[in-house]
Amino acid sequence: MNREKLVERILLICALSAIFVIFLIIMFLFKEGLPILKKEGLSFIFGRFWEPSKNIFGALPFIIGSLSVTFLALLIAVPLGLFCAIFLSEIAPGWAESLLRPVIELLAGIPSIVYGMFGLIIIVRAIKVSIGLPTGESVLAGGIVLALMILPIIISISEDSINAVPRAYKEGSLALGATHWQTIRNVIIPSASSGILASVILSMGRAIGETMAVVLVLGNVEMIPRSIFNPAEALTSVILLEMGETPVGGTHYQALFAIGILLFVIVMLLNTASILIRRRMR
Amino acid sequence: MNVYKEEKIMKTLLWGSALFTVFILIAILSFLIIKGAGALSIDFLTKIPTDSGEKGGIFPAILGTLYLVTIAVLTAAPLGIGGAIYLVEFQREGIITKIIRFGADTLNGVPSIIFGLFGFAFLVYYLKLGVCILSGGLTLGFMILPTVLRTSEEALRAVPRGDKEGSYALGATKLQTIRNIVLPQSFSGIITGIILGIGRAAGETAPIIFTAAILNPVLPKSVFDPTMTLPTHLYNLVSEATPDKLLNAYGTALVLVMIILITTYSALLLRRYFTRNIRR
Amino acid sequence: MIMKTKIKIENLNLWYGTFQALKNINLEILEKCVTAIIGPSGCGKSTLIRCLNRMNDLIDSVRIEGRIFIDDVNILDDIDVVSLRRRVGMVFQKPNPFPMTVYDNIAYGPRIHGIKDRKTLDKIVENTLKESALWEEVKDKLRTPALDLSGGQQQRLCIARCLAVNPEIILFDEPCSALDPISTGRIEDLIRKLKENYTIVIVTHNMQQAARVSDYTAFMYLGEMLEFDTTKNIFTKPKNEKTESYISGRFG
Repeated sequence: MNREKLVERILLICALSAIFVIFLIIMFLFKEGLPILKKEGLSFIFGRFWEPSKNIFGALPFIIGSLSVTFLALLIAVPLGLFCAIFLSEIAPGWAESLLRPVIELLAGIPSIVYGMFGLIIIVRAIKVSIGLPTGESVLAGGIVLALMILPIIISISEDSINAVPRAYKEGSLALGATHWQTIRNVIIPSASSGILASVILSMGRAIGETMAVVLVLGNVEMIPRSIFNPAEALTSVILLEMGETPVGGTHYQALFAIGILLFVIVMLLNTASILIRRRMR
Repeated sequence: MNVYKEEKIMKTLLWGSALFTVFILIAILSFLIIKGAGALSIDFLTKIPTDSGEKGGIFPAILGTLYLVTIAVLTAAPLGIGGAIYLVEFQREGIITKIIRFGADTLNGVPSIIFGLFGFAFLVYYLKLGVCILSGGLTLGFMILPTVLRTSEEALRAVPRGDKEGSYALGATKLQTIRNIVLPQSFSGIITGIILGIGRAAGETAPIIFTAAILNPVLPKSVFDPTMTLPTHLYNLVSEATPDKLLNAYGTALVLVMIILITTYSALLLRRYFTRNIRR
Repeated sequence: MIMKTKIKIENLNLWYGTFQALKNINLEILEKCVTAIIGPSGCGKSTLIRCLNRMNDLIDSVRIEGRIFIDDVNILDDIDVVSLRRRVGMVFQKPNPFPMTVYDNIAYGPRIHGIKDRKTLDKIVENTLKESALWEEVKDKLRTPALDLSGGQQQRLCIARCLAVNPEIILFDEPCSALDPISTGRIEDLIRKLKENYTIVIVTHNMQQAARVSDYTAFMYLGEMLEFDTTKNIFTKPKNEKTESYISGRFG
């Protein structure tokens, strides 16, 4: 009995390890980053200039960079992903389904650095050539690459939600003389809408948190992009590019951690929203 | 526009999206294979890079990734499997399970660069481990912990109640039942989770770029040494692309993707084997 | 009064994969009457009526041979299934209102078929709800979720929804099996009233219900149509031995 209790206690510690790690993450992030946020406050978030050498830290360009790339990615991936989900759920014959599913899992498994490489070599070059930009590195390139990366998430979660719609609704609609597409559009998709929304919010979180794919294709210019054809820099890219050259403990170091806090909070809010929506669905 | 025409158009669009998605994967894979196959050779896989990656092989990177992933698994597996056993065997659905799951789900959503920052601040700097395989491996381990936990929990739950009750009815203790009945039966499911974690850990750059990676092609002698890794080497080659570096970049990417492909595919196969065996 | 044949089923055979669920069914259903199909579980009654609006098309492994004429047109040919389903409505075993408001549930059918005008839709909603004896209960709740209604109300809503597309034939697939006795009674009254304007086919495992509600009854057993006659005859002097056993409760 004693031995069982001991084992149980050890296993409980294992189970709580995830919470423990999160706690540590928050602690270290905030320990380094909070002071500068407290001192600079809103000017950190809304400041338009980021010049570490002059101790000026305004994160707005990166916030806008991350957000614009994310929204563009959603614009591309949500319709495409939703259609694929509908296809898988409602239209695909058996052979098509067994072909498409592994494809989606593989797409989800490709490392972000490889997407970044593909983005740089193919997409950036294509944009440069077809639109005539100096380098092709732009919000547009970032949006396309991120769209590819979040596509599998949107497809799999949306498909789950569509499959969860009771068959009785579909039969009821068809029995009234609706076509398959009318049924999909007017009954099935609306019923699955909260799950689809959850997938969109989750992919927003993924997109904003993505590092390697965007750093190679955005151009990393510390300015607010004026259009999708301009280069930009993401919150994640700043951290990646500048951590290496920053002395530990200095203001620059702290500012990077502050960006980490921003990133962490935004992504955590989005993820929690997504989980809550999915939980309410049941 | 009548409904029949609309139906046809929409069905075409639906098929189109599916085909386009497949096309994307094929495009990426064939791009890598065509461009990268030229770089692959025994030398490539076994020699060290020279001229900062222009020539030579990627052996240190392969080795480094291997070491990192091993440490990651050694970290995530006990914690994840142990946690899963606790969730399934020792706790009823309630506040505590909700907290544990919330923790795992939240940790799963943390961006990889934040893991990198955390790993640096905590392991490299605070615990004074320095930039080394141990730091990077632990960071990766924390990152894949939720994956291992979740898949292990699924696998453990799939063990039929009847088997466990049969064991208890014969007078076995909980620990004996777990060791002799539950774990063996959920083994393949748990392995699937670990393989998925391996796939993910091998490909991540941001968590290890500040915690374990260096550019010098020096082979690490212990876990306290830093190392080259496949993803960081790839990043390095791509950022400073000269034609030679690019060729090696394709090769590196190909090796990386092949590792992922093998792990994803074997996880898929194992999952199929595992669900077929449970269906009695 | 001579009743016209509305539906003529000729040598109908149906297979689910290798299993034959319907064996050489021949049946004539008369216009503006209630025809009940009874028989033990698994005899093929639901499968049969689902042929009448081609709902079996939704199942992959189904193979059908034979002919079904509705007003002299073979509906198993390559016809416009969508308009068939408008003319032949179906009420399911478990009430299945859409997760929308009461109003939108009923307006769904007309909207699908192109009716957009608000006033027309309002009229349709009111008329069909009156026809299904639900108007008084929901007239102030038209914009509330249909899923908030009770089981019996939901089923009457489904009937109203079905009526909204102006069918000629209504198929009832065990419409009361999920309902309480009072709701069941209301729906049976409704069916008796509806036959003045619609041809009705009702599948039921409740013999007494068949006796109460229908003019004609068909008895099915293991995929075959064993007997078809007026309800009165089936229940008082059945010709087939199996029919007689079933009715006296010796099996089923």
